[in-house]
Amino acid sequence: MDGIAGRTSALNWIVQISVVALVALWLFPTLGLLVSSFRTADQISGSGWWGALTASEQNLTLRTANPGDDGAQMLVDGVYSVQGQLFGEGSEAQISTWGTSSLRISEFAAGDTADLSDGETLTVQADGAYVWSSPTEMTGRGQRIFVTATTPPEFTLQNYDRVLFSGDSTDGMTRAFLNTLTVTIPATIIPIVIAAFAAYALAWMDFPGRALLIAAVVGLLVVPLQLALIPLLRLHLEIGIGKGYLGTWLAHTGFGLPLAIYLLRNYMVGLPRDIIENAKVDGATDFQIFTKIILPLSFPALASFAIFQFLWTWNDLLVAKVFLIDATGETTVMTNQIVELLGTRGGNWEILATAAFVSIAVPLAVFFAMQRYLVRGLLAGSVK
Amino acid sequence: MNPALQGLITIIIGVGGCVAYFYFSNQFLDKVLLPAKGANAGRNINRANLIRPWLFLFPAIFALGLYLAYPVVATLWYSVTDRNQGGAFVGFANYQRMMADPKFWEALRNNMLWLIIVPAASTAFGLLAAQLTDRIKWGAFAKSLIFMPMAISFVGASVIFKLIYDTRPVDQNQIGALNALWLQFDGGIGSFLILRLLPGALMICAAVLALFVAYTNAQTIREKGASAGSVLRIVLIAVMAYVIYATLGLAYGAFTNVHPYGEPQTWMTIPGWNSFLLMVVLIWIQTGFAMVILSAALRGIPEETIEAAIVDGANPFQVFFKIKMPQIAGTIVVVWTTITLVVLKVFDIVFAMTNGQWETQVLANYMFDKLFRASDWGVGSASAMVIMLLVSPILVWNVYNARKEMR
Repeated sequence: MDGIAGRTSALNWIVQISVVALVALWLFPTLGLLVSSFRTADQISGSGWWGALTASEQNLTLRTANPGDDGAQMLVDGVYSVQGQLFGEGSEAQISTWGTSSLRISEFAAGDTADLSDGETLTVQADGAYVWSSPTEMTGRGQRIFVTATTPPEFTLQNYDRVLFSGDSTDGMTRAFLNTLTVTIPATIIPIVIAAFAAYALAWMDFPGRALLIAAVVGLLVVPLQLALIPLLRLHLEIGIGKGYLGTWLAHTGFGLPLAIYLLRNYMVGLPRDIIENAKVDGATDFQIFTKIILPLSFPALASFAIFQFLWTWNDLLVAKVFLIDATGETTVMTNQIVELLGTRGGNWEILATAAFVSIAVPLAVFFAMQRYLVRGLLAGSVK
Repeated sequence: MNPALQGLITIIIGVGGCVAYFYFSNQFLDKVLLPAKGANAGRNINRANLIRPWLFLFPAIFALGLYLAYPVVATLWYSVTDRNQGGAFVGFANYQRMMADPKFWEALRNNMLWLIIVPAASTAFGLLAAQLTDRIKWGAFAKSLIFMPMAISFVGASVIFKLIYDTRPVDQNQIGALNALWLQFDGGIGSFLILRLLPGALMICAAVLALFVAYTNAQTIREKGASAGSVLRIVLIAVMAYVIYATLGLAYGAFTNVHPYGEPQTWMTIPGWNSFLLMVVLIWIQTGFAMVILSAALRGIPEETIEAAIVDGANPFQVFFKIKMPQIAGTIVVVWTTITLVVLKVFDIVFAMTNGQWETQVLANYMFDKLFRASDWGVGSASAMVIMLLVSPILVWNVYNARKEMR
């Protein structure tokens, strides 16, 4: 089509570049989170994540070993000295300038010797090795050193280790992950089972009030969740379910059903009438027709809705907050855990980014694996 | 017990119970209550077939009724009663208290802005992405990357964008992309082009577009005379008039505002900008949805109509606006209303990023606040009813269309 006027190449290039720009813009935020989750706290606060792939210059505040500690001080030829390494094992950071006062952090170059008060001297090498010596015995805490260091790109898995395996109750996501799974799986399967039967009845069974029911389902599609919060929470408390998994499953089932019934009914109505009538002639009951014929044929629609419901329940915060999470916090889900981390650890991006990425990794995997069904479901659900 | 094991057992009981209901209720109907043998076999089969639809439908009707229909009535009831007086009827007292709360008006005003900006921007970006990606070889791949945010939770997206909006003190490296970008501007010619001319021109374009929409609708009313649709059109014209006023005001502001160049900004605390930056999160998520639907609609356009237009000498822009746009207008309305529904219920983003502080409140979060922090069920229910009221035109429209289709 575009080849007609023979001016495709220029236009084509513009289109290609625009798409690259658009995709980059849409990918940039998620990429930032992913890269940040593999960096240490110092690296994250030292430079923007986009600089993570190149060597970065950071201002760090480090401290020498405490002279008061056992064995930290050596006495050689009447001079007391503390020697050591400012950086951790295996670090490849290179110090360019350093200082001992926060006001003059670039007072000395690497390798220089600084005169501190009382005849003490301090020498810091580019690789972080230092010698701190004094004619008298030193006491107290180590000397603070402000360095400007260039660190090569470095990535670490320790954030994931901490978030997933440390068992830390504030940072750990293991329990929240399992809780989310416990909410999600039944909350996905139960509405599918219920909706499939209902959709079959609405599509292929004849009974009075069918059209009215279908209209009601369409109307309920858009009823906001917010209306259900108080009445249902109150109901749950009155009948003894309280806050817990059962109530959450029921709530997710109720809220997911209209879309499920709508999608499945629209799909089942389109199945060939001959198959069903032949089966009836052969003496199959409705139950048999449903389980042996309709269900297997409806697999694409079932998969579409399953993905919707899975994404929606996995990503949900409101329903979990209202119907599931009680004062003990034992049943917290990942979205809630992350919101709490945002409050308590607003500045600790290494924990936040990793926790958030753990929670979005599963939906992303499902998304890329089953995108075809998701698109099909979207089209069936909204293009009418 | 190990939480994983406990979870597994609860899962089996929950799902198993559900499957068991359908299996055993059908068995009961066919084997015990109305067996298809013996003297009354024929009558029994007919009766069983009368009952069976309701057996199939019962759990669904029960869940829909209890979890969606009943709450609408119950919330309406709670909104006109007072919990502290033992549930006594208090008329519109709760609504009056809500109206007297400036936070409510702030939430309503913000919600209106969300309702205009998010669907408009998502649909526009989605249409652009659909149109562009349909022309290239790696379009499917590009689409799935733009579509990807759909799978990310609002909370996850909030963390992602909080990192972008992060602020560090002026003497440190900025780790938030927005501040890092902001510090590139110094008030020179580049700043003028990007921060003044570009947004100003965009706002003027938007105003012209709104004027065009208002004008065509006014034309239609004049040609067709008054009808049921006229009311809708007049409402639309009024909204467009407001949009023109607002965009021109913003365009004026774009040229005259004084920018604090060189100072890192705490974006989440600047009223006006912060709401807009929260909307960006939702636009980022919803664009993929709009793109997928609109892309399918664009591909559904009959080739002949486009060929005929090109043969007649139409340029690509004419083909797009005069041939393609009218044919996908229905789909655009569907996309727009679907995103509108999402916007009306938006809660997680505001809750996680600002919790309604710094004038970013929206209705859903206002309601949550009243319910669970202030424990004020009356005003909470009243604000929920406001959300319902805003949704109801779409509800009526959907039901009307569904009925029309079934006939």
